[in-house]
Amino acid sequence: MTPGERMAAARPSSDLTVHADSHALAAIWRALGSVVDPEIPVVSIVELGIVRTVARERDGWVVTVTPTYSGCPATRVIESDIRAAAAAATGEGVRIVTELAPAWTTDWIAPEARRKLQEAGIAPPHPTGADWAQAQPITLYRRRDAVRCPRCGSLRTAELARFGSTACKAQYRCTDCLEPFDYFKPH
Amino acid sequence: MTAANPAARGAHLFEYLLRLADNGVVLAQRLGEWVGKGPVLEEDIASTNVALDLLGQARLWLAYAGEIEARDGAPVRSEDALAYFRDSGEFRNLLLVEQPNGNYADTIARQFLFDQWHVLLLGQLALSKDARVVGIAAKAVKEVRYHVERSSDWVVRLGDGTAESHARMQSAIGALWMYTGEMFTVDATERELIDAGIAVDNESLSSPWQASVRAVLDDATIVVPADPFMQGSRARGGKQGVHTEHLSHLLAEMQVLPRSFPDARW
Repeated sequence: MTPGERMAAARPSSDLTVHADSHALAAIWRALGSVVDPEIPVVSIVELGIVRTVARERDGWVVTVTPTYSGCPATRVIESDIRAAAAAATGEGVRIVTELAPAWTTDWIAPEARRKLQEAGIAPPHPTGADWAQAQPITLYRRRDAVRCPRCGSLRTAELARFGSTACKAQYRCTDCLEPFDYFKPH
Repeated sequence: MTAANPAARGAHLFEYLLRLADNGVVLAQRLGEWVGKGPVLEEDIASTNVALDLLGQARLWLAYAGEIEARDGAPVRSEDALAYFRDSGEFRNLLLVEQPNGNYADTIARQFLFDQWHVLLLGQLALSKDARVVGIAAKAVKEVRYHVERSSDWVVRLGDGTAESHARMQSAIGALWMYTGEMFTVDATERELIDAGIAVDNESLSSPWQASVRAVLDDATIVVPADPFMQGSRARGGKQGVHTEHLSHLLAEMQVLPRSFPDARW
């Protein structure tokens, strides 16, 4: 779902405050669009697919988020940034709900964000395919899609380490321009 | 299926969730011991990332365990209360994960034997009848797939490496093998939850684990130990709170700060 579709889905339909609410809803989405992932500050949490829904409930605004990795140390910071951004946009506090299912996948990363990752020197993730976690058998010698060097565009690259500077990235190097770079792992 | 009373079911589920959680708490703590002294920077980072994943998963299991326990009228115990204020006899992790780091081959071998089981377990738990278990398992299994690929790669790299690395990996697998039997045991706590469609029948994981582990060890030119006596079988192992001496030392270090300063925040 795009943010626009999610806004439509979350919009209350039969309430006298619909008009004011839809303005506030748009304002919250705009504000969340300016909250960046502290470990990858070139993309917003909306573009990454971390924000699932924004909805008006009885006790106020509720932002539903999903974590990228279970142990992602940025989670707390992101939550406090969401609170600050939403409060600035609406003058009200928000409640944050964390939902694990469906589990976050890099397939939710917006096309625009992929371009921004690339420009920041981070190779964007390959598509994972549907039901990736369930369907793919475990093999020792995994199929590795060629990862394009974000600097020179070469496909002659090699994995240096399965884990990179953050949980979501692996370390690669380009055998043409010889530069190391991060690859956002398909997840 | 027996018609168990809900309180007994809750107590079993609490126990089971602790088993799932404590594997992560203890192994994350062990991996954390490598921080700043990994053999190479990339591996230092990888160990830490795996530890973070395991700790994040453990927090989810512990939070659920705390809720289940409180459902039967017990006071609510937070994740921190459960992690920091239980003694070794109350921990429910497998004996395998509490074994000391040793050299890097020992650490990788321990990780490999555990990861190969963990990924199978989570894959099955993602089909549980308990929706909360499904949510956590379906998320965690994606992370553990990376763990098992990395540890398997390293077993081959060290096993089929130099004479020295081969000898160390062979010795590590030989020493840890007796802790693997416990992973495939089922006790009364689990039997009831298996019958209810909530828990995984560990016995069913044995043959896929054997096949996968043996394939990697073959590639690594590591000889699979002949099945010796297995520690922790006959319902007297880590899952029942009967641990090796190593766990108390690990917990002493992990728990000293919150126990000395119970309201400390950091």
